[in-house]
Amino acid sequence: MQHLINILIKTIFVENVIFAFFLGMCSFLAVSKKIKTAFGLGLAVIFVMVLTTPLNYLILRYLLFEGALGWIHPSLASVDLTFLSFILFISTIAGAVQLVEMVVEKFLTALYTSLGIFLPLITVNCSILGASLFMQEREYNFAETTAFSLGAGIGFFLAIVLLAAIRERLRYSNIPEPLQGLGIAMIVTALMGLAFLSFSGIQL
Amino acid sequence: MSTETTPVAVVEEKKKEGLFSKKNLRVLRDPLDDTNPVTVQILGVCSALAVTVQVKPAIIMALGVTVVTAFSNLIISLIRNTIPNRIRIIVQLIVAAMLVTIVDQLLKAYMFDVSKKLSVFVGLIITNCIVMGRLEAFALAQRPWPSFLDGIGNGLGYGIILVIVAVIREVLGSGSVLGFKVVPQWLYDMGYVNNGLMMLPPAALFLIGIFIWWQRSRNRKLINAS
Repeated sequence: MQHLINILIKTIFVENVIFAFFLGMCSFLAVSKKIKTAFGLGLAVIFVMVLTTPLNYLILRYLLFEGALGWIHPSLASVDLTFLSFILFISTIAGAVQLVEMVVEKFLTALYTSLGIFLPLITVNCSILGASLFMQEREYNFAETTAFSLGAGIGFFLAIVLLAAIRERLRYSNIPEPLQGLGIAMIVTALMGLAFLSFSGIQL
Repeated sequence: MSTETTPVAVVEEKKKEGLFSKKNLRVLRDPLDDTNPVTVQILGVCSALAVTVQVKPAIIMALGVTVVTAFSNLIISLIRNTIPNRIRIIVQLIVAAMLVTIVDQLLKAYMFDVSKKLSVFVGLIITNCIVMGRLEAFALAQRPWPSFLDGIGNGLGYGIILVIVAVIREVLGSGSVLGFKVVPQWLYDMGYVNNGLMMLPPAALFLIGIFIWWQRSRNRKLINAS
């Protein structure tokens, strides 16, 4: 149990998806102009992340790994389909996002109006696919995968809400014209990244 | 933001034009500066930052992205009239995923060390916003050849930023380019030290931020681009 909490804390603070790996920077920079929208996108990312990464783990473990198909027929036991992981991962994510969008639209209309427009965006958010690929590369087991995906989602949420809060303030500050907007957002993100680096001293 | 732009229906020109007509050349050249995917369109920032600690992975990554963008643009443009609008995102992702799988397998077979260094970022070309953004904004409405050129142009525009950032980071961070020492030994003897900040992730953000600043003060019409 403590091991899982360690993974969770590590992925939120020490190896934050945004500040340590730059995953999902596109939507991070584009949707961080207001706290409210950033909040919505952050929640949607947590949700989709926790849904798809464990799902992808199951697909990888029970369909793609060498020997995983042995239960269908013994002759399939030597088949290794790991090279198909990209296509299956992204299909799962795209499918899950579409499904979530439909369910939320049908049953949770209030949530849909606040999250709705962000859900399709999430399919192409690098951090979601990135979490699945890290899960594969680091050879996590199921419990670790779940903790990792929750941590990655919360890390993204934290980062985007913080940046949005800073950018709302920045609107009133006197920044050289060519640096306004994207330029200053990059530099602010870099400074936040430096601040988050201080967490790397934590021994877990 | 790429995914929000709806493809603009462009009236296709009936008359034949040469393979490298002025218009096609502009499609190829514009992304290198005026519509650069990283600094102007804010596409594909994720990987631009993460693979630029050294020059070699940056070059390989740029080539990978160029190949994937060009060919996925070509394929989507060829089948653009048969894709149902509702599922176009999934179709685009599958085409991109297929091409990335090919690139990944080639890298694993012939350049294993680089493949290890790039780790998950090869796979992340699939969701690299450049690929999706150009498919949505260009390939869905244009003919195959201009789409192919647009893919190459955007891939190279991304590559330029990557290589510039990587060269700065490698020279200042480890005193070398492509593994060859460029900072002479006597400088170290005089007390020069490599800048450790350049090896850390935030350095890439600083550099791109400064690059954007420089580009926009040189070309002021870009200021309200985003």
